[in-house]
Amino acid sequence: MSLIEIKDLKVHYPIRSGFWNRVTDSVRAVDGVSFNIEAGETYGLVGESGSGKSTTGKSVVGLEKVTSGAIMYKGRDITKAENRRKLDYNHDVQMIFQDSLSSLNPRKRIEDIIAEPLRNFEHLSKDDEKLRVLQLLDIVGLDADALYKYPHQFSGGQRQRIGVARAVATNPKLIIADEPVSALDLSVQAQVLNFMKKIQREFGISYLFISHDLGVVRHMCNNIAIMNRGRLVEIGTRDDIYNHPLHIYTKRLLAAIPETNVNSREAHRASRLAVEEVYREQQSKYYDEQGEAYPLVQVTPTHAVALPENVAQQLARQEGEVQA
Amino acid sequence: MWKTILRRFLIMIPEVIILSILVFLLAKAMPGDPFTGSINPKADPAQIHHLMKINGLYDPWYQQYWNWVVHLFHGNLGNSYQYQEPVTRLIGGRAANTLWLALFTMILTYVFALPMGVYAGRHEGKLPDTIIRVYTYVTYCIPFFVILVIGIWIFGYVLGWFPTTGSISSDANGWIQTLGSRFYHILLPGLLGALFGTVNIVQYLRSEVIDAKHSDYVRTARSKGVPSKDIYRHHIFRNSLLPIAAFAGYSITGLLNGSIFTETVFSYPGMGLLFVNSISYRDYTVITALVLIYGILNLIGTLLSDIILSIVDPRIRIQ
Amino acid sequence: METASNFLNIKDVSTAFKIDGHYYDAISHINLQVQHDEILAIVGESGCGKSTLATTIMGLHDPAETKISGEVDFEGTNLLKLDEQGYNQFRGAKIGMIFQDPLSALNPLKRIEEQISEVMDYHTDLSTEDKHKRVIELLDQVGIVNPQRTARQFPHELSGGMRQRVIIAIAIACKPDLIIADEPTTALDVTIQAQILDVLRDIQKENHAGIILITHDLGVVAETADRVAVMYAGQIVEQGSVEQVFNTPEHPYTRSLLRSMPQRDNENDDLYVIQGNVPSLQKMPATGDRFAPRIPWVPAEAHEANPTMHEVAPGHEVRCTCYKTFQFPDEQGSVKA
Repeated sequence: MSLIEIKDLKVHYPIRSGFWNRVTDSVRAVDGVSFNIEAGETYGLVGESGSGKSTTGKSVVGLEKVTSGAIMYKGRDITKAENRRKLDYNHDVQMIFQDSLSSLNPRKRIEDIIAEPLRNFEHLSKDDEKLRVLQLLDIVGLDADALYKYPHQFSGGQRQRIGVARAVATNPKLIIADEPVSALDLSVQAQVLNFMKKIQREFGISYLFISHDLGVVRHMCNNIAIMNRGRLVEIGTRDDIYNHPLHIYTKRLLAAIPETNVNSREAHRASRLAVEEVYREQQSKYYDEQGEAYPLVQVTPTHAVALPENVAQQLARQEGEVQA
Repeated sequence: MWKTILRRFLIMIPEVIILSILVFLLAKAMPGDPFTGSINPKADPAQIHHLMKINGLYDPWYQQYWNWVVHLFHGNLGNSYQYQEPVTRLIGGRAANTLWLALFTMILTYVFALPMGVYAGRHEGKLPDTIIRVYTYVTYCIPFFVILVIGIWIFGYVLGWFPTTGSISSDANGWIQTLGSRFYHILLPGLLGALFGTVNIVQYLRSEVIDAKHSDYVRTARSKGVPSKDIYRHHIFRNSLLPIAAFAGYSITGLLNGSIFTETVFSYPGMGLLFVNSISYRDYTVITALVLIYGILNLIGTLLSDIILSIVDPRIRIQ
Repeated sequence: METASNFLNIKDVSTAFKIDGHYYDAISHINLQVQHDEILAIVGESGCGKSTLATTIMGLHDPAETKISGEVDFEGTNLLKLDEQGYNQFRGAKIGMIFQDPLSALNPLKRIEEQISEVMDYHTDLSTEDKHKRVIELLDQVGIVNPQRTARQFPHELSGGMRQRVIIAIAIACKPDLIIADEPTTALDVTIQAQILDVLRDIQKENHAGIILITHDLGVVAETADRVAVMYAGQIVEQGSVEQVFNTPEHPYTRSLLRSMPQRDNENDDLYVIQGNVPSLQKMPATGDRFAPRIPWVPAEAHEANPTMHEVAPGHEVRCTCYKTFQFPDEQGSVKA
């Protein structure tokens, strides 16, 4: 059984307009998203700004009011606050944010920041608590003298590691990481990603890794979902997505990642422009009449794509031929 | 945009109703009654009881409130117990005085505050900026009525430049003299009010100008090769005046509230002075009427600010 | 490197900022040349001084808080000697600048048309009508689909990508010889980033401009630049053609950066982490190799006492001698390829 199952999740925000400010329409930020996260894996959720990926992440932590759908954890639907309470859900699921400076209380010392979830969920004695905080600091590679400092006294990478330490304080089963490294420099990013992997190996944590950076996602995630305008357009393993993408949107995203291989840059550019052209001209093939993504269809046991059944099969065959 | 203004206006209606109920109940909750001790210290309690009864003061509050509202719509705010004349006439005569003073103070405030704020922001850290900042800090620290008392003492009594009481001198004849005399009477209270009123605007404007100076769009303008004086004129001033413009509505209400001090110190026959007198005489009808008027003016000030902001700021203009 | 077509010659430029009464170098002794028809990328992590270099060329620093030395020779004029008025003849006209955050870089209260034509007010004598035509033409050139409509809009009504196109339109309005683009795509989605970089490249071809592209993104550099200068702690540590720097990186910092990128071939491994941190301005060592503390296993004698640039191939220069023997800890023992 999966650690967490997201079933047909919808988050719609009402648009009010007209004289009486009545609800006339809604923004469908998340519009029918389903996927499962297995224990101990890193699940990648990729999309551009406005795709609804962060809203999905917040729904999984219980920070978003869900319009419909279910998020099943230990057999219960945690979109209901009552179930979250019963399961001690917020003890098991934590979040890491993109902006580590604004997500850490500037007036609290690191000791208090990291101990906060412990104080909420585990009632430890003062000494045990301190011991635990020191262990956590050690795990993320910070010295004990960090205890009495304030967030602004750390660099961006260190702060992000403090965010990680706080998130793992309660031994959670799942961490939602929303763009955890996109504000960081390359060398610092490497540090944080390594820590996240190390913690996963040691504690068996699962991650929902939300990012727009396909390079980072490839490095971190076994299974990946591509999100576009509130819907999933493609789900698959790392190999499925990076080596056999089927949906034009996935191809377009992949083609847009800048490559560090200087020698093939003209070829890479040409293939990107080719994909762009297909994306522009074949909208009707990949999206329905309303311009929205089709429901997902399974093409292999691991790989699903949002296309009409026949188109999906045909594309999958072509892709298979290329492979052979 | 008209829709927004109209909607905003409609929202005011329930606000006014709630306000009027609150005002009414507060007046009722005040200790004492308008008759004991004010008519005649030896008045017969039975007679006071009778007076209370014919004035409806023993009715349940909602009935009193309803009577009051019905009268309100007939332009009848009741009779002042103290002056024994209709509240409408009582206030009407003084409202004009207060409005003149408030308007004059407001104009003076902006005439002083805008150049000072802009100058201080533009020449941040230089000597004039330091002087302006010391001025604002000092003024900010002194309570308003102390400023008034010091002002009236120096300019009114010691130097004798300005009248210290009333709104017009008794020997003014003809409209030119009348106008002149009125102006002469509001000059000192207006100046002192403006002196105090500039403080917030100067400080706010100064920091807005400094923020704008370091903003990215000013850097963009500089990299376009726009000369410094044009950058100030086209980018910095307009953008930093925007919140000040929106502030104007609120500042009207601030001035009206300030008028209570000014008019008391200057014995200036306006609504503020009337208010203070009515409180000491427990003249409920006048108090309720005045608090209601002040409350509604506050709401209008807020509305005005919202409207101004929606006109000058395109980010709010488009809904 | 000195050829006739270098229209921008940055010679020994240092910029120091005043912090608590003392001046500290944010960039020190920068030497760079830019030619027509080329994109020079300046790459480095935050705090390395790459943006300071851009604002120094543009003369955007407050003279009371900064001390600038050296020479910025732009088509025969030393920009650093100019007063504000003199500088304004260059800014916007001969040098255009593109900024990072496209929302805050536009005045929120002015329509797009006004913001673009403003630059022409000062550098051309076009009529109002001609300016309007040019605005529409520019918006079209930067790939805005409905230029007439966009011209009338306010910045907050546009998407991030559109705003960045407007910023580019402002920068190129007077066909400058030099365009400085400071992290032009950092705030944008990858697909928009690719489009914006295409626009930049097209403009460069059309106007024969030289572009200084400042970025922290090695992928963007590899895809866009002709030449690259890698900066670390206020100095250029390596420069050369994009092929030289990416195919045969020499300086330990360049090699470390490339190694810390998540790439296809290190999917399951830990990424390489550069030890330590970039020194702050106040703690910048006065002498010695500034990168040495971050590769502590390299023996002191491998570094120069006062590192200078060494030419390793025509046009390819590396700072300090440590590159000759540098190996990562896990490569040690094996022979350097």
